[in-house]
Amino acid sequence: MLDDKDRIFTNIYGIHDVSLKGAESRGDWDKTADLVKKGREWIVDEVKSSGLRGRGGAGFGTGMKWSFMPKDNPLPSYLVINADEGEPGTCKDREILRSEPHKLIEGALLASVGIGAHTCYVYVRGEFYREAEALQRAIDEAYESGLVGKNACKSGYDFDIYVHLGMGAYICGEESALIESLEGKKGQPRLKPPFPANCGLFGCPTTVNNVESIAVVPEILRRGGAWFAGLGRENNTGVKLFCVSGHVNNPCTFEEEMGIPMKEMLEKHCGGVVGGWKNLKAVIPGGSSVPMMTRAMCDTALMDYDGLKEHGSGLGTAAVIVMDESTDVVRAITRLSRFYMHESCGQCTPCREGTGWMWRMMERICDGNAHIDEIDLLEDVTRRIEGHTICALGDAAAWPIQGLIRHFRDEMEAKILAIAGTHADAAE
Amino acid sequence: MSEQSTEIFAFSAENLEKAKAILAKYPEGREASATMPLLTLAQRQNANWLPTSAMDVVADMVGLAPMRVYEVATFYTMYNLKPVGKNFVQVCTNISCLIKGADDVFKVCKKKLGLENGETSDDGLFTLLEVECLGACVNAPMMQINDDFFEDLDSGSTDKVLTALAKGESPAPGSQGGKRVGCQPAGGLTTLTGGK
Repeated sequence: MLDDKDRIFTNIYGIHDVSLKGAESRGDWDKTADLVKKGREWIVDEVKSSGLRGRGGAGFGTGMKWSFMPKDNPLPSYLVINADEGEPGTCKDREILRSEPHKLIEGALLASVGIGAHTCYVYVRGEFYREAEALQRAIDEAYESGLVGKNACKSGYDFDIYVHLGMGAYICGEESALIESLEGKKGQPRLKPPFPANCGLFGCPTTVNNVESIAVVPEILRRGGAWFAGLGRENNTGVKLFCVSGHVNNPCTFEEEMGIPMKEMLEKHCGGVVGGWKNLKAVIPGGSSVPMMTRAMCDTALMDYDGLKEHGSGLGTAAVIVMDESTDVVRAITRLSRFYMHESCGQCTPCREGTGWMWRMMERICDGNAHIDEIDLLEDVTRRIEGHTICALGDAAAWPIQGLIRHFRDEMEAKILAIAGTHADAAE
Repeated sequence: MSEQSTEIFAFSAENLEKAKAILAKYPEGREASATMPLLTLAQRQNANWLPTSAMDVVADMVGLAPMRVYEVATFYTMYNLKPVGKNFVQVCTNISCLIKGADDVFKVCKKKLGLENGETSDDGLFTLLEVECLGACVNAPMMQINDDFFEDLDSGSTDKVLTALAKGESPAPGSQGGKRVGCQPAGGLTTLTGGK
């Protein structure tokens, strides 16, 4: 198990003083000016060498993303931090916002140096009103102490950071929808290219990063990329916040080394599966958008990008949703289908129409009101949505259903067969 | 679109100052970015709902055609386009809450408040709404009432919170189980045991 000395978020439970004074006592804002003065290239190289991959779900290399920012563009550059945490099962960024806000603010300054930005917007989901207040308090403290603002940390670098509150739209977690929203419009994803690094907020070069990706940057730069790269496995380096919900004895959020075996993780931190490991039915390991895994897969699965990909799923946001044998998995996925229908922005027809279609079919199956061959039809519908939309919401709506059909087709059939007689009559 | 208020909306003097500070966050010529925060400010001033006249005021301040602002106000679910109760009860029923008993929580809310999903009580004290994931999944099941999260609920604690609110009290938000404060394991810390 990861040693406490290698944990970055030492106040993730907010047990200790959250204010600037408390944060400084834990090592935040320590000689930040020196890091700023090492300059843009050093910062990007160090983050590249750490192997840090984006913590918002897609897992793209953070240093690589930063290196796409143009160096000779006359327009201002922007850093946008995605705190629109809304992926069902995910609640890690919330803890950073309310308990470790100074890590995020310091990270924002250093990341901004790395991409040549002097302005950062943190887009916080509207429901996190208290968390946004906590972040704003920390930002005010940082301004008052000269850590941000003109000549931030007396480094000679000017840096402003602002909180921008969303108002209830899951789709704004998609980076180009978030940019649209930040410009005061409906949150509908943009066609890419152009990518935000060339044409983002206000048409200017922009990098959009997840809260956790930014908040780990100061510690990586202080301890060196090699330290971070030495934890976890190749291509899956570092430490990560996991949030485990559902049927474990102690649902909780904690920081662990990447690649920890799922079983060990659930037993050490969460008190094990309710009723024991044998009572485990399925796990959604990375937030609602990744396919579920069966117990047999969970026996050996390692909690990182490649480890979960091997099992046809993904690390996503590392939001682990545990379901024991008492769970009606068909109903659980039906609920997710309703979620995606509700959150579709309506821009692309396959998603706008398809998410509703999939939900209605799932409802029919859930109630046993479907024909058995509708399961194949449903699978076919998911394939017609997947990959045919501007953003990944269409894929995210399709994958949980595909996972359900792959692993729990028998449960879907059982629901239908339970009242099959009536349908057989109706079919004739 | 939005219900009409009998009064025409105007920002209070205090909120006009706040509005100026909001507009100053965005570069010159990009005032449109202030649309959402200004709508939010207006809604918070106006008993948590947004009449069309408030949207018009915001449109004027950011220099957009009113239709552009209506588009935004109707796209985002947190803008309430009709009056809501003093206590706006939003129960998450998404997956993590669902499998931890959100059905019971929602049932207690319906029974206790005598409301169906989306309804507001005649006395204007409560509105009940089923919502999507609110991002407190390790503390499921949970509900949001106005700005606060009430977590680790069961039927009993849900009833208790609503009873307190009905009496005009302010129940403490956060975990209701009494076993923890935040998102740590209720069985005792497994990490960060050194303290600092």
